[in-house]
Amino acid sequence: MTGTDLGMPAFPPFPEAAREAVHDEVLRANLRHATHTIRDKRARAVAELDDWDRLRAAGKAIKDHTLRHLDRYLLQLEAAVTAAGGTVHWAVDADEANRIVTGLVLATGEREVVKVKSMATQETGLNEALEAAGIAAYETDLAELIVQLGHDRPSHILVPAIHRNRGEIRDLFRSEMGRWGRPAPEDLGDDPRELAEAARLHLREKFLRAKVAVSGANFMVAETGTMVVLESEGNGRMCLTLPETLISVVGIEKVVPTFRDLEVFLQTLPRSSTAERMNPYTTMWTGTGTGTGTGEGDGPTAFHLVLLDNGRTDTLADEVGRQALRCIRCSACLNVCPVYERAGGHAYGSVYPGPIGAVLSPQLRGTANPIDATLPYASTLCGACYEVCPVAIDIPEILVHLRERVVQGGPVTREGVRVRIRPAHGHTAERAAMRAARLLLDRPGALRAGERLLSRARRLRPQRLPGPGRAWTDTRALPDVPAESFRDWWARERKAPQK
Amino acid sequence: MSSKDRILSRIRRAASGPDPEVPRDYLRVHAVRTPAERVDLLAAHLTDYRATVHRTDGDGLPELLARLLSRHESVLVPPGLPPYWLSAAGPARIHDRADSTPAALDRVGSVVTGCALAVAETGTIVLDGGPDQGRRRITLIPDHHVCVVRVPGQVVDSVPQALERLDPTRPLTWISGPSATSDIELDRVEGVHGPRVLDVVLLDAQ
Repeated sequence: MTGTDLGMPAFPPFPEAAREAVHDEVLRANLRHATHTIRDKRARAVAELDDWDRLRAAGKAIKDHTLRHLDRYLLQLEAAVTAAGGTVHWAVDADEANRIVTGLVLATGEREVVKVKSMATQETGLNEALEAAGIAAYETDLAELIVQLGHDRPSHILVPAIHRNRGEIRDLFRSEMGRWGRPAPEDLGDDPRELAEAARLHLREKFLRAKVAVSGANFMVAETGTMVVLESEGNGRMCLTLPETLISVVGIEKVVPTFRDLEVFLQTLPRSSTAERMNPYTTMWTGTGTGTGTGEGDGPTAFHLVLLDNGRTDTLADEVGRQALRCIRCSACLNVCPVYERAGGHAYGSVYPGPIGAVLSPQLRGTANPIDATLPYASTLCGACYEVCPVAIDIPEILVHLRERVVQGGPVTREGVRVRIRPAHGHTAERAAMRAARLLLDRPGALRAGERLLSRARRLRPQRLPGPGRAWTDTRALPDVPAESFRDWWARERKAPQK
Repeated sequence: MSSKDRILSRIRRAASGPDPEVPRDYLRVHAVRTPAERVDLLAAHLTDYRATVHRTDGDGLPELLARLLSRHESVLVPPGLPPYWLSAAGPARIHDRADSTPAALDRVGSVVTGCALAVAETGTIVLDGGPDQGRRRITLIPDHHVCVVRVPGQVVDSVPQALERLDPTRPLTWISGPSATSDIELDRVEGVHGPRVLDVVLLDAQ
């Protein structure tokens, strides 16, 4: 898999992928167990804070304000990181980010890197780009390790191997670990404790010898140049502390104005994400610490920050869709989504699955290919995702907005240029039906005649529509036709004498 | 046009609309607590996340630390750790030198540090690389971390209060319980890469 085809048409449209997934009983059982567990725990963690709604409103406003002045805050961030001994690079798209990182790694003379789980580098397909340049990239997050060993794709933002159960993981560790380093013990069982121990031993030798690490970041503070990574296992601390060179690839929307702003997100993110009051480890570092001398000699001596656009500025240009850029990648929306729970993450054909993926991927990549054109429909619009979102992204609103764009076409920004997209194929019949409906609804006489005709012929109603309507009835039952239309019933009742 | 200029000009064309005032009416603390209640809450929340909490005063500290370290042959010591803390401890004291490799530190079983502060509401201790804490790697590689919190002075109620007291230019490590993962069926398992055993000593420093 190369960077450019990640989530591109190689994946089937959502309805096809989902149809397969919902018939996979093991997958459905794994997902149901995992999402229900975390759902209840999250609700309890959130209920502990009386001011949750106020924190949510503050988080939303901080992000909106930052996005409104994103140019200013990125420049401030760059100045602060540079003053603290770091180097800032700017990448317009995935290819440029991969080129920058590959060049930086090659310049160190090293041929392997350890990686902290990062959505941004998954989005750019960095591992594949590094591999093509002869550099081995080792994922160190337990779930990412499971995905990498299984030549698999991540299916959840926080727990990328959520689709695998303990038995599958044990088999994978036994058969694959030895090919990449220290093998798993012969008699490895399927207790999560044993599996975690096997991962600890397997990765330890890599951490201790690593000279270069690649990470993402949860937040970047503009005023101080401070980078923030939240994690649980300690693999993040290993990668961020031990190597000589640290390269962080971060989406431009991850900047926040002030250090104080973290007081909101450090309360809302862990509770939304892992349902904890606080995640086990959070690391904050500022450049190489040489600016003020306070952190000098502690941690990497070279720090590179790669600021990634890759469709984010295009998303920012959409007045409705831009709220998706507030996302802090907590994954609460995945855990509550009835569609995600049944279809799983792979069906979304993107590194961003679930409700947030359904609004983010089509905006970052455009709705030109079949998978992205179907993603806005991968939802029942029940609104549970909006309810739990710690930065109040109105996902149903964006979904409807994107559906409109898919069906009707219209102005969008692609690679910084304002263009008009044409209506997607496959929606011609829907548009024709809508035109016919408008015609009919404008003419009450014709509507009444049509309704009476339908009522009389109601026994002949087919189970499925013929011709272009067939696709519509693939997933929906045709409604029953009543014996009498409402308009006729109303007219008759009104004429009847009052009792 | 450089990529930087291209991204900035795209942002300038795209960003529009209202600029919201950030409402700061959320709570600075979630309850009014006496110092003792604050320390109790910290202890309860640390225990919740499987850290082991001990309480002592200055006189009892050396012996408590000696007991906690008794299973280890060596212990890492930050440069500014008060010498009397380890006055009764048996293990060999190892110092983190500029040329100590991670592999060498991996042979040390334990580490004893102070901290910058602790947060009661979340059960968190924060290290900022101060003299009694040392570089970040010494609290990462050993499998056992003993962290001494001076109470009640170093304990704050909440995350907002913690950030007010911290210096962002220092390397900061927030620790809430020992290393953990929920990556296998979202089942929490303590102990992956960081220290698997976290002992927190609440040192009465009144």
